[in-house]
Order: sequence, then C-alpha cells, then structure tokens
Amino acid sequence: MKDHAGARLIKDMIFKCAVCLFAFISLLPLYLILYYITKNGIMVINWDFLFSLPRPIGESGGGVFNAIIGTVMLIILSCIMSIPCGIAAGIYLSENKKGKLSNTIRLCVIVLQGTPSIVIGIIAYLWVVAPLKTFSALSGGIALSIMMLPVIIKTTEETLKLIPYHLKEASLALGVPYHRTILKVILPSGISGILTGILLSVARITGETAPLLFTAFGNQFMNMNILKPIDSLPYRIFYYAMSPYPEWHSFAWGASFILVVLTLALNLFARGISVKWKIQF
Amino acid sequence: MENTVLKVENFCAFFGDNKILKEVNLSVSKNVVAALMGPSGCGKTTLIRCVNRMHELIPGTAISGKMTLVNEDIYTMQPIVLRRKVGMVFQKPNPFPTMSIYENVIAGYKLNGIRIPRGELDNIVEQSLKKAALWEEVKDTLHRKGTFLSGGQQQRLCIARALAMDPEILLLDEPTSALDPKSTSQIEELFVELKKNVTMLLVTHNIAQAARVSDFTAFIYLGELIEFGPTEKMFTVPKDKRTEEYLTGKFG
Repeated sequence: MKDHAGARLIKDMIFKCAVCLFAFISLLPLYLILYYITKNGIMVINWDFLFSLPRPIGESGGGVFNAIIGTVMLIILSCIMSIPCGIAAGIYLSENKKGKLSNTIRLCVIVLQGTPSIVIGIIAYLWVVAPLKTFSALSGGIALSIMMLPVIIKTTEETLKLIPYHLKEASLALGVPYHRTILKVILPSGISGILTGILLSVARITGETAPLLFTAFGNQFMNMNILKPIDSLPYRIFYYAMSPYPEWHSFAWGASFILVVLTLALNLFARGISVKWKIQF
Repeated sequence: MENTVLKVENFCAFFGDNKILKEVNLSVSKNVVAALMGPSGCGKTTLIRCVNRMHELIPGTAISGKMTLVNEDIYTMQPIVLRRKVGMVFQKPNPFPTMSIYENVIAGYKLNGIRIPRGELDNIVEQSLKKAALWEEVKDTLHRKGTFLSGGQQQRLCIARALAMDPEILLLDEPTSALDPKSTSQIEELFVELKKNVTMLLVTHNIAQAARVSDFTAFIYLGELIEFGPTEKMFTVPKDKRTEEYLTGKFG
C-alpha cells in the first residue's frame, strides 16, 4: 500500500511540473516579442520620430506622424460605422434569443469572426475602391469596421444576457415604453461590458495590415481627406521593414513599439473599465 | 359600489391551450388590502399580472372577460398608460442598479421623460420614502446607489418607487418571499399603515400573512376563484370545503 501512495505522489509531482513547464513555454514567446520590440524600438522613439513625416529615400531621419494620425483616423472611421450597428445587433440578439433571424445573425457573426482579414480587404476593395476608382481612408475604415463587428455584437449580446430579467420588468411595470427601457435601463446597466467589447475590438483592428493593403493603401504624406489614401502604423512598419536601408529597419522597430504600446494600453484600459464600472445587481 | 377600484368580471386567461384562470369575478374597493392566496401554480400571479398587462410580455397568452380600473376598461387602454396608474412590486427587490436612491424613487417620472421642477421632485422623493417607511434610514444617503441597501430596504425602495407615481392600485407579487423574517414583519407593518390611502392587491402563499395584513381574501385553486370575502369571516367560517382544507393545511 505504502509504495502505491509514493508512486501516486510522484505522478502528481510530474504532472504539476509538466503543467508549469508548458505554461512557461507558452508565455516565453510573448515576453521575447515584448523584449525585442522594446529593445530595438525604444532607441528610435524621440520627438522627431513621433512628429515628423517620412523622408524620401536617401535622406536620413523622418518619422511616422502621418501613420499615427492615419491609424487614429481609421479607428475613428471604423468605430463610427461599426459601433451603432454592432450594439443594435447585440440588442436584437439578446432580446430575441430564439428565431430564424437571430440564429442567422449568430451564424454570420461566427463566420465573420473566422474570415481571413485579407478576404475582408478584397471585399472592401470591390465595394468601395473599385466604384470610387481610388484607394481611400473610407474603404480602409469599412474593411476594419467589418472586422470589429463580430466582437462588438458578441460582447454586447453576452453582456445584455447577464442583465437580470426583473430589471426589465421593473421598468416596464412603471409604464416605461420598450425603447426607453432598453436605452435607459438595460444599456446603462451593461455599459462596462459593452465598452470593454468596443475597446477590445479596437485593439484587434489597430494592428491589422492585410485589409489595408488595397484599401487605405498607405501614403507618404499627411492626409486628412477620407476619400484619399491614408497611412497607418502597420502599413508603415511593413513599408520600412521591406526596405533595404538599416535606418528604415530601425524605424520599423520604432513603429512596432508604438503599435504594441497602443494595443497594450487599449487592453489594460478595457480591463480597468470592466472592473471599475462593473454594476452590481 | 361607488368606490370600486378594480373590478374583474368573468375573467379567463389562457396560455396556449391551457386555461389558467377560469371565470374569475372579483372587486376591490378603495383603500383596502385584498390578498390572493392559494397553492403554487394556482394562477394567482397570472391574475395579478393581468391587472397591469405584464402577462403580455410572454408570447402565447390570451384573455377573455372584462377587467376595469376605476370604471375604465383595462384592455382598451394603452399598456404604458395603464402601467403608470398601476404600481407593481415584485418578488425579488429590483431597484435600478445604475441609479441612486433618489433617482430610483423618481424613476417612473425620469424614465418616462416627464419633466417636473426640482423642488417638486424633492418633495415627491421625501413623501414617497416616508410612506414606504424608509426616509429615516436613507435621508442622508439619498445619492448613493440603491443596490447598497439591504434586501428589506431595497424592497421598501421599490415600494416607494411605485408609490411615487401615485397609483390607483398597488400590486404586490409575493413581496416578502425573498426577505428575512424581520424585514418581512417591517413590510407587513408598512402595508397596514399604507392601506389608509392606498389600495393594494397582495399575492401571497403565506396564509398567516394574508390573515395579518388583508381586509379581504380571495382563495384561488386550480385557476378558479373558490371564495372571496372579508378576511376575518373567511378564516373563521369558510363557506367552501376546499378553503377550509387549505386553511387547515390539508393541502397546498
């Protein structure tokens, strides 16, 4: 009997060690990525890099200001398009749990979430770039907003589902019309979850390159016109990294660093909101 | 009767093919507490929900017969107009979690977009909370979230919220079944105090509660209104054998 117990203890030990080891291995790449990007990127970051435009080949210096502005503009554009649609679809799904349309929407959301981003880029090219005959920030925004939609719909639905039914009853029993009940009771009660979803979807699209390759296209110069091509951080990284010049390579690291910091900040902010604004029922 | 608030005539309710309420006749006069008692699943909650048409939220329900609130047909009114005249308190306390105590009391006005001068609102809040016997406990914390209160206090806040709309009748759907004995007795005392000015329809599966609080009692069994009359009379000399059996604990 005693020997058996010993063997079991050893097996337990081995299992525990294995779990720890694999957990460590899976974390390792993440830390290495952060380490490399910080090590190579932080040297490049300075005032000039952040606030000047790319210089032509042959001139040293230059920066990524237009790419930062472009990325911010693309995010704003795609938010304007996807947030109202996403939240509305989420409300519909949580209000109509069963039904043909609900099931169809749910299926579409799953399919959309799994669609390769380059395919979404092609769709945006067909819908917007080809008819307008020009690459544009607008088409990039549309491609990105399609990528945001499934995340927003899913999180809105899941958040609203968790809101107790008796709150809706309380509001309706006071004679509050249905639309006001949704807008003033249900949505505010789920605001932290919905905001978290939006921020996570923004974090998801911030680093997307593929859908922008033939929509927003990239631009050496500063552009604020949504009907003209616009630069973005991921595209700028791609452009700098593909060049044969060592200085531009280091610029690619610098831009990567900005992008990672931005995404990390968004994720931390989303976490903060979901904890701080949590509503107790 | 001149001062009848709620009158129910030959009222039937259906859920799909199931007949849940069978030919119910009932009338409640002003400023009394009428209790609906009966074993679970007998249709008492359905009856109370038919009064403010909350049963319509569930698809597949239908009704027949007539129900009037102060001589107005409930089923020709707009539900949102009706529900502003009929207050409801639910089994589980359900204050709005995003709102403060103050905002919760005036939620009926705020959510409906009814604009009222600030001074009058303060007055409504104070009066409603006093009526619900909550004012002394919360007057210094009016702007804290309502969800920080204890269960019994939350339920009284919900009563204040319903009273703030100055309803014709207050529907109470097992309002103490989720509360501890102390909060329950507080709320029962409150009902006795409230019936001076408010008409109440109380659903309860607690026979003792019906005896303590109500002036009239209705006994519902399997969707049928078996007996309706003054509480004292019903508890001492029930007319129907089934009422007697229920009151003596033979079933239910």
